[in-house]
Amino acid sequence: MRAPLFRGHGWKWLLCAPALTVLLLAASGPLLIVLVYSFLSPGNMGGVVWEFSTEGWFRVFFRRDIFEPDLVTWNQAHLAVFWRSIWLSLQTTLICAFLGFPTAWFIATRPPSTRTVWLFLITIPFWTNLLIRTFAIQEVIRNNGTINTVLMRLGVIDSPIQMMFTDFAVLLGMAYVFLPLMVLPLYAAMEKMDFRLVEAGYDLYASRLMVLWHVILPQVKPGFIAGSILVFIPAIGAYVTPRVLGGGRTMMLGNLIALQFGQGRNWPLGAALAMLMLVVVVGALVLYLRAVNRMEGARRG
Amino acid sequence: MAEKGYSVRRLPGFGLIAVLTFTMLYLPIVILVFFSFNAGPSQAVWDGFSLQWYEAAFQNRQVREVSIRSLWLAATAASFATVLATLAALGTTRGGRFPGQTMIYALINQPLMVPEIVTGIALLIFVAAIKVQTGYTGMGYLVAAHTAFCIPFAYLPIRARLETLDPALEAAAADLYASPVQAFFSITLPLLVPGIVAGFMLGFVISLDTVVITEFVKSAGQDTLPTYMLGQLRRTVTPEMNAIATLFLALSLIIVTAFFLITRTRGR
Repeated sequence: MRAPLFRGHGWKWLLCAPALTVLLLAASGPLLIVLVYSFLSPGNMGGVVWEFSTEGWFRVFFRRDIFEPDLVTWNQAHLAVFWRSIWLSLQTTLICAFLGFPTAWFIATRPPSTRTVWLFLITIPFWTNLLIRTFAIQEVIRNNGTINTVLMRLGVIDSPIQMMFTDFAVLLGMAYVFLPLMVLPLYAAMEKMDFRLVEAGYDLYASRLMVLWHVILPQVKPGFIAGSILVFIPAIGAYVTPRVLGGGRTMMLGNLIALQFGQGRNWPLGAALAMLMLVVVVGALVLYLRAVNRMEGARRG
Repeated sequence: MAEKGYSVRRLPGFGLIAVLTFTMLYLPIVILVFFSFNAGPSQAVWDGFSLQWYEAAFQNRQVREVSIRSLWLAATAASFATVLATLAALGTTRGGRFPGQTMIYALINQPLMVPEIVTGIALLIFVAAIKVQTGYTGMGYLVAAHTAFCIPFAYLPIRARLETLDPALEAAAADLYASPVQAFFSITLPLLVPGIVAGFMLGFVISLDTVVITEFVKSAGQDTLPTYMLGQLRRTVTPEMNAIATLFLALSLIIVTAFFLITRTRGR
């Protein structure tokens, strides 16, 4: 703190500058270009023509009749994809909460020595490749995969149950890959929980259900909210899981975006859809931060 | 607390669901690994033990090529990210709060918040524009994209480590007339090593896992292991894919275990 180099705040910026430069060039900056591209006209072979146009944004929600351009209708295909994305993400969050809460409780109530092991078991899948985990699910539910083969050998079914390329497959895959994201924050909240309050509840003749509802849930609510947001955001942004397990008919928003940069050859529309996804994600984050602030405010009185 | 006859920590049915969840979490992976040793071509019918699919994977020139590219990319990107994150962590944890700090945090954590598909197409657009201007089609784009994506992951453990260091140590060095640079290299840096190693490992694993960003940034012939696998999954898959996935899993598992051991000793 003596050398002039360490006076003021300039040196801090200097230390951060290399990291910030890379982040601006290869992460944040390009997002601004996406915004600009969403207001340009599509080129014939992909790419853009530098002419201002709101057509990209228009086509996110609406479509024009080919023969009568003035005839505007809702773009049903896109709306169906939006609805499926939101609905599947919400269902994924619910399934993860339903399975994650008992799991986190189970870990939190183990003796401290084995707790680390259980926690490690939840963390491993979290750090292993998402694609490999999706592939593992594919192996299990394929027509000649584990479940169908076993069921057919046992004589339960005659022909394989079609599970791949359905909404169910996407839902199963997403719940599977995102589950640790729900368990970890729930566990963190439970670890901090005051078990004396639970005891007090039982001492006052509350049933297990009442204790769960009135004592435990209010205390782990922050974990629930954090876990839900951690599951919902990657679910809305999912691309790999619906691509592998879903088909063309079970497309999610991420696949619709990618399509515009591939066969669709409509970069402005793709850019507008990507911006829409970003708005949804940031919106969810803002709601989350507000909820956290409100809870902290309530706790301080 | 729990030494009562009536266990307050027990909730009926929870243990069962938890066991089911753990089973569900591991069964598909176990099946995947199991059938990588299958003698037959099926991933559902066991025909005896064999290492033929591992042999096939090792002899597959394309698999070797994409694996080496993946490892090289992960090592390069994680190294860059670790150096940059270390500098940034020093800048944001030393000497109190400063104007613009929130903005720096937001920028560093931005890759964590934006969906990968959005970053992917943003980079696709940006890279396409640069390619037209410069004609450069090398690995630089992938290195830059992976580095940026790894920075927040490398930054976390390094910053956590820095925050636990006693500032008195640096002050003591300064009192003994060490220059800030001397103090950094002989006091701060050696103490920071576990955090830096942990940061590098996280960055390495993250880069190795990244598939969406790579898919959109890569030029022709720049497939990494994940994008190669993604392409192959469309076709009829043989247990060779199980063998590749198993090796990949083993590598991740080793790194994650090492990471846990390093961060655990740090806590003590």
